[in-house]
Amino acid sequence: MLELLWLIPCLPFAGFLVLALAGKRLEGRAVALVGVGSVALSAILSVMVAVDFMSAPPPGHFYTQTLWQWLDVAGLSPGITFYLDALSLVMMLVVTVVGFLIHLYSSEFMEEDEGYSRFFAYMNLFVGSMLVLLLAQNLLLFYLGWEGVGLCSYLLIGFWYKDPKNGYAARKAFVVTRVGDAAMAVGLFLLYNNLGTLQIQELMEKAHQSWSPGSLLPVAAAALILGGAVGKSAQLPLQTWLPDAMAGPTPVSALIHAATMVTAGVYIIARTHILFELAPPVLAAVAVIGALTLLLSGFSAITQKDIKRVLAYSTISQIGYMFLALGVGAWSAAIFHFMTHAFFKALLFLGAGVIIHGLHHEHDMFKMGGLRRQLPVTFWTFLIASASLSAIPLVTAGFFSKDQILWLAWSSGRGSKWLWAAGIVGALLTSLYTFRMVFITFFGEAHSEVSKKPGTRMLIPLVVLAFLSVTGGYIELPAIMGNVTIFSGFMHTALPPVKPLSGEHMEWILEIIAVVVSLGGVFFAWLFFLWMPGLSARLARTSPGMLLHRFWFSGWAFDWLYDVLLVRPFIWLARINKDDFIDLIYTGIAWYNQAMNSILSLTQNGKVRFYAMGIALGAIITIAIAVLR
Amino acid sequence: MILLLFIIIPLLGGLFAWLFGRRSDPAARWISLVSLLIEQALVVLLWFRNPAAGIGPGAWFADLHSSWIPQLGISFHLAMDGLSLLMVSLTAFLGIMSVAISWTEIRERVGFFHLNLLFILAGINGVFLSMDLFLFYFFWELMLVPMYFLISIWGHENRTYAAIKFFIFTQLSGLLMLLSILGIYFVHARNTGVYTFDYFRLIGTSMTPAVSFWLMMGFFIAFAVKLPAVPFHTWLPDAHTEAPTAGSVVLAGLLLKTGAYGLIRFLVPLFPAAARSLAPAAMILGVIGILYGAVLAFGQRDLKRLVAYTSVSHMGFVLLGIFAWNDLALQGTVLQMICHGISTGALFMLVGALQERIHTRDMDVMGGMWESIPRMGAVVLFFALASLGLPGLGNFVAEFLVLLGSYKVSVIMTSFAVTGLVFATVYSLWIVQRAFHGEKRREWTISDLSLREMAVMFFMIVSLVWLGLYPRPVIDTARPAITGLMQSATSMEAPAAMANGSGNNGGTASQAVMNSGIRELME
Amino acid sequence: MISIPMEYGLTLAGILFAFGLAGVLMRRNVIFILMSIEIMLNAAGLAFVVAGSKWHQADGQIMFIFILTMAAAEVSVGLALVLRFYHRFKTLDADEASRMRG
Repeated sequence: MLELLWLIPCLPFAGFLVLALAGKRLEGRAVALVGVGSVALSAILSVMVAVDFMSAPPPGHFYTQTLWQWLDVAGLSPGITFYLDALSLVMMLVVTVVGFLIHLYSSEFMEEDEGYSRFFAYMNLFVGSMLVLLLAQNLLLFYLGWEGVGLCSYLLIGFWYKDPKNGYAARKAFVVTRVGDAAMAVGLFLLYNNLGTLQIQELMEKAHQSWSPGSLLPVAAAALILGGAVGKSAQLPLQTWLPDAMAGPTPVSALIHAATMVTAGVYIIARTHILFELAPPVLAAVAVIGALTLLLSGFSAITQKDIKRVLAYSTISQIGYMFLALGVGAWSAAIFHFMTHAFFKALLFLGAGVIIHGLHHEHDMFKMGGLRRQLPVTFWTFLIASASLSAIPLVTAGFFSKDQILWLAWSSGRGSKWLWAAGIVGALLTSLYTFRMVFITFFGEAHSEVSKKPGTRMLIPLVVLAFLSVTGGYIELPAIMGNVTIFSGFMHTALPPVKPLSGEHMEWILEIIAVVVSLGGVFFAWLFFLWMPGLSARLARTSPGMLLHRFWFSGWAFDWLYDVLLVRPFIWLARINKDDFIDLIYTGIAWYNQAMNSILSLTQNGKVRFYAMGIALGAIITIAIAVLR
Repeated sequence: MILLLFIIIPLLGGLFAWLFGRRSDPAARWISLVSLLIEQALVVLLWFRNPAAGIGPGAWFADLHSSWIPQLGISFHLAMDGLSLLMVSLTAFLGIMSVAISWTEIRERVGFFHLNLLFILAGINGVFLSMDLFLFYFFWELMLVPMYFLISIWGHENRTYAAIKFFIFTQLSGLLMLLSILGIYFVHARNTGVYTFDYFRLIGTSMTPAVSFWLMMGFFIAFAVKLPAVPFHTWLPDAHTEAPTAGSVVLAGLLLKTGAYGLIRFLVPLFPAAARSLAPAAMILGVIGILYGAVLAFGQRDLKRLVAYTSVSHMGFVLLGIFAWNDLALQGTVLQMICHGISTGALFMLVGALQERIHTRDMDVMGGMWESIPRMGAVVLFFALASLGLPGLGNFVAEFLVLLGSYKVSVIMTSFAVTGLVFATVYSLWIVQRAFHGEKRREWTISDLSLREMAVMFFMIVSLVWLGLYPRPVIDTARPAITGLMQSATSMEAPAAMANGSGNNGGTASQAVMNSGIRELME
Repeated sequence: MISIPMEYGLTLAGILFAFGLAGVLMRRNVIFILMSIEIMLNAAGLAFVVAGSKWHQADGQIMFIFILTMAAAEVSVGLALVLRFYHRFKTLDADEASRMRG
């Protein structure tokens, strides 16, 4: 079964090719069949490969497959080679399964759009690139997938190209992530030049052998890779593109900007964890970046009006949790949270998509309200996902994954009280903004009428994802509640385990605090936005409240800062130098020649007497020189 | 003998196209197309032949050596190694594409147009094949005159200005090169008593560092103008913008490459020590070119001018790679030459096709055209992505190798060059946004790409994807040539360094380190 | 024979030449310019004759005959040009004939 691994990324690519070449001529059903079918097939194949991999693990718990040799230059010989281990397997499963559900959903969501085939072509290209990214055995192939998903993100954010604002958001996403990618490219050069290979496993081995922890080279390499990761995963300081990326169609936000692509940064850090372990300062920076990001974007999420922007900030915040987990060395906890997050965040976006679809592309939550009766299935699944995001104890997957991160942020050797505190404040914010969103959209008075009810192709993914958002957590339970370690046990074939330093007592205490906090968040949300809606409005009207509100609403003014520091100087430079000042040198020479020409041509006036005088003067001067000398 | 065909076929093809073109335009087009197809077939034929001729370091596919003006030591010496083969192949390929793309664009003096086009290609082939410096100079000048006509007769509004500017820049710099060629000719004669222009004999001419430096500068300026490197680039935007589409394609795709080819083939092997001393400065110029070209490109309103400035940016990578002078960077450079030729050539073709339809190149009146011409939009998007270095396409592999190679030499310059990738993203996406996305500024009723244009684009897309995913055939072809060039540059460096005396000890030591590093790499 | 000192003759030739030159430079009428040129030629002829008499050689007179014939040829060509000139420009002003925009 494992030999079929190459088909998993190739099927979506094939779908892309068919749609790109013949999409115009295919009718809608055929487009959907190709677009959804290719991803469905690769999802089925991934499940089969996964079953095979888990039931009869290959030696060393990894499997590689080379399709062909890509390059061969002076010892640089990366192949088009796939590498499958526990880490890439889990990621692959999530990407294909969630990807398939979102494709199914889109086949109805996008049905009336004129760019139906274009949409599925891009989506398939995305799934293919994402799978290449995950399965890449060397960093060059990884980079191919990495840029490929960035491209698809650009194409899909700007899918509705007629609005220049969407184009701007798309370009912003591509350019900002490319800043990170440039750093990562330098990281690749550094790794290759010092270790002589780009093959990830070999690199890690060599790095482990030849570099001592904390020395300059691993720190620089890890920092540069982190640069790429913060770009792609929208972490501080490159997080600004993600909220704007919501300009794309909602299934795109669900697939790319929530479930899969934005977690690529988490994946690459987990993938190169040996390198990061050799660079303790960078690993600490990962944790701090995660903690700061989850707090900043949590605050921003509270103030948003646009339902998708709330979810976008929430995504940034949840990826912050994953970074926090990575930073404290809790590798498998990060991946666990990635998985549960993929389920419930995709579900939230899809639910939001149903609402937006039903309300004529209305994004403003304050114009929704009271939707729970009109969209019952959507309401219940959305509620489940929100509960999971807010980590409502015991019944949701989000609880177990977030709880593991918080526990390890406290108790791992690299953890600290402060990181835990940031996480717990973040948890409060999470349940506050999540239920603010739920209460505003689904409760209260109805402000508008739903014109389109979702059909089965949109509801099936909601229900499946809701199921996964509840049960996905039971494959990994904390030590004090049953101690199930199916997930981490499997992950530990690829990622090292982390040992908690504190005892069970502490775990109980922290667990209870976490439960109280997340329920407290729900309570406050109820208090402010359902029971006494005037309270929050009055709070926001005080002058510090207004200031904070504006500040948070704009995402801590990062956009403004970058605009002033980078964008405007660049545009200014391009504008004043439009005609290339270097050309002035050459036009200057040309001008000088023309000036001399016009001066000298004064003498060529065609007047005979003038010429005669010239001759006479010349003769006199010549004679004078001859005589006087 | 086969090498002579590469020059004779386009010459004859051009002549016949002109003769028959007086009676019928299609005849001229078909004759040009067929003669270039024959040329392409010949290149492919040679490619599959094993490199046989042993005339210097590296593997040579063919050699043609006959005396021309023996009294002055001038011989008619053509030879082809992997590098020349790739370049000649690119010439034939882009030549075919240019003829195909001018099919409906050129309606006046069709025969004469094809005469000029094919004479340029003959000159370019000559440049890529000459192994005699005099012959090289001869072909170098030969390609200028028809290019001048091409711009000044079939160009756009400001064509006379652009044509004269182009001619003065290249002609003056060519004269500097002629001086340097004569200089090395006489230095060699004084050393050995043999008057010869033969490339292989002139390699290893020992000179004092000062003489060597000034002679090299003559070559460098000629090649830097052609490349073009900042600050000699200002002829390029004018010439590219004003030339007819085929002219722009040949300029960007091939003429610029002769500069890069000259640097690789002549400048470094003839003056290795001097080139080494120039390397830091040249690499800085390369990096400046990358960034400066990108900023300029972003500031343009004229779509064709924007594309022209991207060439400045991309050729900066070439300059950077050549003066990094190691296998990785050189392989990257060769790939970059090919990929840039294809991707920028394609962009010029698309701009030309667009201008044929809407009669303007001003991006302020474009916008929202995706809806009416989606095929063209998709193709432009593809080549914009190629030019921003998207992995999976040839330009990425090329730029990656160049940067990987230059990283070995200078971390700082590489880091600056990498930011060029971000700028490339900005301007490439800007093209797509301004022309095809956004609001419609006019109700466009224009036809999408025709079958002929799609066929041209298809070949160019396929070759870029092929170069991006499986560039090994190209790399394997170029490898022996590059190894040979590096050998001939390094093998003469040791005696030259010794001849330079004690003043150059530091340099010798560092060169020794470099050489051993290169040798390690090759093993 | 009274011998006139050579200086006198040469001075006269110089003065005549200067008059002629001044005429060429200052007159705008083409005919006067031609006449002034005649004066200059004759001044040169006078200088030849004076020099020939000083050295007692016939060369000076021979040169003067050359000059005379040349002057005759010049005048005939010159007058023909003047005729055409007048025919074309309806004036005899030399400056009016300049078509150059210097």
